[in-house]
Amino acid sequence: MRKSTIDLSKAVSPLLAIFFALLFGGAAIYLLGFNPLAAYASLAKGSVGSIKAVTETIVKAVPLIFTGLGFAVAKRCGMINIGAEGQLYMGGLFATAVGVYWDFLPPGIHLLVALAAGVVGGGIWGALAGWFKVRFGASEIITTIMLNYIASLFISFLVTGPMKEPKGEFPQSSQIALTAQLPRILPGTRLHLGFIVALLALAFFYYFLWKTASGYEMRVVGMNPEAARYAGMNTAKSSLLAMFMAGGFSGLAGATEILGVQFRLFQNFSPGYGFDGIAVALLGRNTPIGIFLSGILFGTLRAGANMMQMLAKVPVSVISIMQAFVILFVVGRSFFETRKNRVNILESESESDLDAEVGEGDRV
Amino acid sequence: MMDWIFEFIAADLRTMTPILLAALGMVFSERAGSVNIGAEGIMLIGALAGAAGSFLFGNIWAGAFVAMASGALIALLFAYLTVTLYADQIVVGAGLNVLGLGLSTSIARVLFGVNTTPPQLDAYKIVPIPLLEKIPLVGPALFQQKLLVYLAVALVPIVHFILFRTNIGLKIRAVGEHPKACDTLGINVYRTRYATLIISGVFLGLAGSYVSLGLLSFFTENMISGRGFIALAAVVFGKWKPKGILFAALLFGAGDALQFRLQASGTEIPYQFLLMVPYVLTIAALIGLVGKAKGPAARGKPYLK
Repeated sequence: MRKSTIDLSKAVSPLLAIFFALLFGGAAIYLLGFNPLAAYASLAKGSVGSIKAVTETIVKAVPLIFTGLGFAVAKRCGMINIGAEGQLYMGGLFATAVGVYWDFLPPGIHLLVALAAGVVGGGIWGALAGWFKVRFGASEIITTIMLNYIASLFISFLVTGPMKEPKGEFPQSSQIALTAQLPRILPGTRLHLGFIVALLALAFFYYFLWKTASGYEMRVVGMNPEAARYAGMNTAKSSLLAMFMAGGFSGLAGATEILGVQFRLFQNFSPGYGFDGIAVALLGRNTPIGIFLSGILFGTLRAGANMMQMLAKVPVSVISIMQAFVILFVVGRSFFETRKNRVNILESESESDLDAEVGEGDRV
Repeated sequence: MMDWIFEFIAADLRTMTPILLAALGMVFSERAGSVNIGAEGIMLIGALAGAAGSFLFGNIWAGAFVAMASGALIALLFAYLTVTLYADQIVVGAGLNVLGLGLSTSIARVLFGVNTTPPQLDAYKIVPIPLLEKIPLVGPALFQQKLLVYLAVALVPIVHFILFRTNIGLKIRAVGEHPKACDTLGINVYRTRYATLIISGVFLGLAGSYVSLGLLSFFTENMISGRGFIALAAVVFGKWKPKGILFAALLFGAGDALQFRLQASGTEIPYQFLLMVPYVLTIAALIGLVGKAKGPAARGKPYLK
């Protein structure tokens, strides 16, 4: 009985959060002096209004699924990764370096190596924060944020200096070789193979965390580090691996964005996909299907935002306000509950998580 | 050489002020058990609100008031979600950062338009302290500063006194260490956390307004650029004590000041590496010198009655 109400609330509360975010977002648009209905109409037109719009939504969802995974895999191990943005940049940088300079690689292999470089680049940046944490006890929340700024400045240096295209005015790298580009799936649109890579990453996330021993250890460390240590698990190893994987996923966001959409490196090529990943993972409750669905939702907002600015003149930054409302309504969902129920929800949630994940069905 | 040193000290005092103000506000809320990584977003809103208030009322102090009020308002939202609804502090903080960026950028676009020349705003002015400013070398460095610089430094002993020498301070610290015991003794945990968060919001708003109207005299998109997070690190680095926080803020401010100086001196080092200095310094401080310090025991945890 109790189980079924919890399951229902799990499905309904994200929808409620989205509903209220749209409502409050509309109010914000109105208060800023624009017409909310016109804004939403143009947003819908730009995100689902045509085949082209739908494919643009998916193109925008691809990096968000990756960065959502980047937040989720760290969270599953008890770490807060606010560094997806920097990891994304490092992944994009490594992928670009391979794409531009290793053009001697045969087709196919070149693309695979470039993608792998993206994983490595992001992974190193994530693992660095993980190392600061396990070796020195430095809060990963703050170090990942600092690493974001450092990565962004480092790329700015590279594209104005060593990696700048030889004959060009703009601070950007040369274009990556054709053999490193992600092929288009649907002719006439920008939908690229990165979408399939994102689906594979979601499957890998599920398989690793729920079907392998390392993944199991990672989740136990996330739920109860003391118990994990008592059971003889190497918590430091799990934390490091989790942060490497988190960086690797986020690195793929940067790699696919460069190899599939931008084809060259330049400063601030991400409009904040790294930070959106936090909201994507949160709304998707750190589950593969949830991350996929919320990735598509935030992709819709991103894809529609440009049309909204063009047709209804509403600044793109309004989308951030709506995303913030989604986050705040998801975490504030117990507002709709009485005080007693709220405590119950909090307690039953950690309990049911344990049931589902550690597999101890006979808990009272 | 002496000139250079004192000029550097003067620059350090200027750049550390927003970090110190923000961190002194957060030491109250952290001591009572709240970790607010949304500080960056609140400062950003404070920066915009200060500029907007100064723009609309033509007076910097009206701007400062609007900044403090808006900071308090956003902190109240944080308090409601984390204290009353037991929501995760980190997630709410992350949400506030997204909100701060979206809200400040959108309102700035509407209020000031795009690509226009920035309007003349009433900004914080330098207030020399009579007599003391006449002291050679020391005078110009220490006593020809803006009012908020003096205020920030003066607040260090005041905050220390409140936290460690008064009954209120004792209650605040107790709530952060052992909320359950406080509850039993009749100290209202929820009210204490609300109050300390609102105080921190006022400080954060004021600190934000100093960035837009003290360091510069206009608002630009995402202009806090990590100072909120650095202030958060300063609280940890300063071991949750005002004196330690002053030291931390001076260090981080020095990173910023050094970066400005080097850029101005036309060094060979690419400017991006100079801009990295404060962020690298923050990481260095966290991995090198902290670790032994323990924060308040109930820090970051919701209190369930």
